[in-house]
Amino acid sequence: MDADSLLLSLELASGSGQGLSPDRRASLLTSLMLVKRDYRYDRVLFWGRILGLVADYYIAQGLSEDQLAPRKTLYSLNCTEWSLLPPATEEMVAQSSVVKGRFMGDPSYEYEHTELQKVNEGDKVFEEEIVVQIKEETRLVSVIDQIDKAVAIIPRGALFKTPFGPTHVNRTFEGLSLSEAKKLSSYFHFREPVELKNKTLLEKADLDPSLDFMDSLEHDIPKGSWSIQMERGNALVVLRSLLWPGLTFYHAPRTKHYGYIYVGTGEKNMDLPFML
Amino acid sequence: MEDSTSPKQEKENQEKLGEARRSWEGKTAASPQYSEPESSEPLEAKQGPETGRQSRSSRPWSPQSRARTPLGGPAGPETSSPAPLSRREPSSTPSPPAPARQDLAAPPQSHRTTSVIPEAGTPYPDPLEQSSDKRESVPLHTSQSERNTFQQSQQPKPHPCGPRDVSYNNAKQKELRFDVFQEADSNSDCDLQLPAPGGSEGAPSMLETAIQNAKAYLLKTSSKSGFNLYDHLSNMLTKILNERPENAVDIFENISQDVKMAHFSKKFDALHNENEMLPTYEIAEKQKALFLQGHLEGVDQELEDEIAENALPNVMESAFYFEQAGVGLGTDETYRIFLALKQLTDTHPIQRCRFWGKILGLEMNYIVAEVEFREGEDEEEVEEEDVAEERDNGESEADEDEEDELPKSFYKAPQAIPKEESRTGANKYVYFVCNEPGRPWVKLPPVIPAQIVIARKIKKFFTGRLDAPVISYPPFPGNESNYLRAQIARISAGTHISPLGFYQFGEEEGEEEEVEGGQNSFEENPDFEGIQVTDLVESLSNWVHHVQHILSQGRCNWFNSIQKNEEEEEEGEEEDEEKEEPDYIEQEVGPPLLTPISEDLEIQNIPPWTTRLSSNLIPQYAIAVLQSNLWPGAYAFSNGKKFENFYIGWGHKYSPDNYTPPVPPPVYQEYPSGPEITEMDDPSVEEEQAFRAAQEAVLLAAENEESEEDEDEEDDYD
Repeated sequence: MDADSLLLSLELASGSGQGLSPDRRASLLTSLMLVKRDYRYDRVLFWGRILGLVADYYIAQGLSEDQLAPRKTLYSLNCTEWSLLPPATEEMVAQSSVVKGRFMGDPSYEYEHTELQKVNEGDKVFEEEIVVQIKEETRLVSVIDQIDKAVAIIPRGALFKTPFGPTHVNRTFEGLSLSEAKKLSSYFHFREPVELKNKTLLEKADLDPSLDFMDSLEHDIPKGSWSIQMERGNALVVLRSLLWPGLTFYHAPRTKHYGYIYVGTGEKNMDLPFML
Repeated sequence: MEDSTSPKQEKENQEKLGEARRSWEGKTAASPQYSEPESSEPLEAKQGPETGRQSRSSRPWSPQSRARTPLGGPAGPETSSPAPLSRREPSSTPSPPAPARQDLAAPPQSHRTTSVIPEAGTPYPDPLEQSSDKRESVPLHTSQSERNTFQQSQQPKPHPCGPRDVSYNNAKQKELRFDVFQEADSNSDCDLQLPAPGGSEGAPSMLETAIQNAKAYLLKTSSKSGFNLYDHLSNMLTKILNERPENAVDIFENISQDVKMAHFSKKFDALHNENEMLPTYEIAEKQKALFLQGHLEGVDQELEDEIAENALPNVMESAFYFEQAGVGLGTDETYRIFLALKQLTDTHPIQRCRFWGKILGLEMNYIVAEVEFREGEDEEEVEEEDVAEERDNGESEADEDEEDELPKSFYKAPQAIPKEESRTGANKYVYFVCNEPGRPWVKLPPVIPAQIVIARKIKKFFTGRLDAPVISYPPFPGNESNYLRAQIARISAGTHISPLGFYQFGEEEGEEEEVEGGQNSFEENPDFEGIQVTDLVESLSNWVHHVQHILSQGRCNWFNSIQKNEEEEEEGEEEDEEKEEPDYIEQEVGPPLLTPISEDLEIQNIPPWTTRLSSNLIPQYAIAVLQSNLWPGAYAFSNGKKFENFYIGWGHKYSPDNYTPPVPPPVYQEYPSGPEITEMDDPSVEEEQAFRAAQEAVLLAAENEESEEDEDEEDDYD
């Protein structure tokens, strides 16, 4: 959610029950301003909160002018001091995928994972158990990256692409209409499109290249991994991800307010197919 | 006439000193806002110089949608603009009123300071605002009516225009294009309406023809959509000038699209919006009813107060504390829930009520209230499970008569464990749910041990509809309302905690022997003095469970199914030769009531509870917050004296490993496998022949014997 409209956004996203306490809110308002100034971001988003056993991580993201450029991620333990996280690499993601369980809450905590590695010594090949240390920071980075790629969404029309390349915030975005808001196809993944080129030519012909340049939620696998609900009697549409429980996206139809926030344990729900 | 940009205008202005030119900057447009875009030169903005020149004399310009300026009159009541511009009054009628068009838009004013100032030499140097024809690039301002009125008021009357701001820059750019038109228009219009056409045009010159052709082209209606470019451009410019977005050129295409779409939306207004807004209004009505209910009952205030104090919890207070922990539904939503709870307590005879929490679902969510009815006011429900039990027994008895028929199955369904009575164990409280505050409350059925046992083995999302079937393996006995109730029972048993000492066991010890499994009654401790918040946070032994643990049997109080079995089995013992049930089942024991949560089991090195202080910045007023790691979404807070439990989540237990559905059991051997049902190979031909031969031999032998006997008998008869 945009740091500029933090209070309203928190109010709209409160249907999921997890929010922020007043002192965190107050510190966020001030510290995000400072982050914006110091790092010279165009927009600062409050991404959410990852619950750890000892402490929680508060995550913010900064965007530059081009909305689809890789975002810079910052974390904080007390909503006042923010530290930049390194960008996620594939190696990091692969490495942290073996770690299961909750986050500790301490960024320097190291998970131990024993792996069997084949070691060649001369002619003999035998397996050795190697204990790999994975830092929690790495895990944090990769989890945030995975969540962003999988379930960060925006409504259709909120961004538009110019012929010069960069993607801009659409200032004439007035919000989705009520009927559009209930359809999954009106929401896009907030990331570089992956499946767009797989569409048939017929489908592509209907797309508006300046607005429809991202993947929509319709073809997400597994089907049904999004729960769409209208709250407050059609005045608010809330999408909740079932794949990463804790991600809530809200949008007030016909207004410009939209945003998403993740408040959860940072674990993927691998049981989703059983639960539907 | 030159189509010139501003410099040209300036020149012209300078030229015509006597021209009444109103600077459009300061004028406020009094006219109403946007009128429908009219095709008549809306955009003709600046035609000032040209028009001025031409129709000096009488250019009220009224016909056009120019602002009528009081030609020659005192400055119109227009507001003054930002001042530093000098305005020229159209003092003299003949002086062509500045072809300023009124700019009805409110946007910021632009100034032509440069151009205006030099014109100060005009007759009326004082910066009176005059609303005159300002040239404005926004056509929409002038409405037809205005035009008409102005037509009449040709004299210099101060045109009551509102503040008008004309963006000078825009004006300039448009001038080039529209000056021409304006001139042409003004010319033509003037011709139509004004007696004095104003000057020059006499014979249409080449340029004018060109202009008119160009304009005609622009006015050509598109065959596809029925619009014409002229109108569209004028609408767009009107919109831009009204809204004054930044960097308009970058979003120009979007604005164009919006304007086109705006045409459609107006037509469908009446029908389109109604459908969409209807559910919104419905909910709003229902919630309004919530707010009004307080006024309806004013009679039994005293009685009400007595009961109401006991029954209705202070939801807002708990919500305040939970908000400190970062948990909550938002203040107004909580208030609506509060009112809904009040409605619940008013309509049902409730002793105590509590806002249990919210369970999220796929299509709709559940708001759960935990309720305890007043003594003796329970609503009994028809028992249907006994029927199932009797059926099982009946089947086994029916078969005994027909021995040659189907082999009797000795599968005996394990006896269903009866549910606990209301007010005890897992059914201690009754739960009501509703989807949204304002909707009616629905009572959930009591929970059966079998449902809890199976709920432990499955993991399904709630859909939000109470009658939805739960399709799972093992098959869940019931629909979503039962599953919901079972999960609520599990969550309550696992996560409802209170500070140590808040509750104590009842004074009477006599009950202990009757009830197996330990105490199940407690009461508030009147001498509770509170525990320090820091203590509550540091040590888990300061918190205790005050809901009974549910055994793996599915009940809180152990039910020994063997005892009952023996009684029933006596009758059927003769028929059942083999009993496959063990004679003795171990009694299941769970942790007794009021055990501290430090005894809770860990989940793979993760402590079962996480404790926090709500705020590190101001510790003296902070409260202790506990989050359950076993049931994510269960929270408890305490400020030393008060405490409360709350749940918000999807309703599932946490497990670090993935869920694996239980494997179906091996196929049960239902029937004794004896020779009568065992398949055998069909005999081959040789075997059959041999068999037949053997049989014949036997028959022959038998016949021989019989014949001998017959002979003997016959002999006897004789």
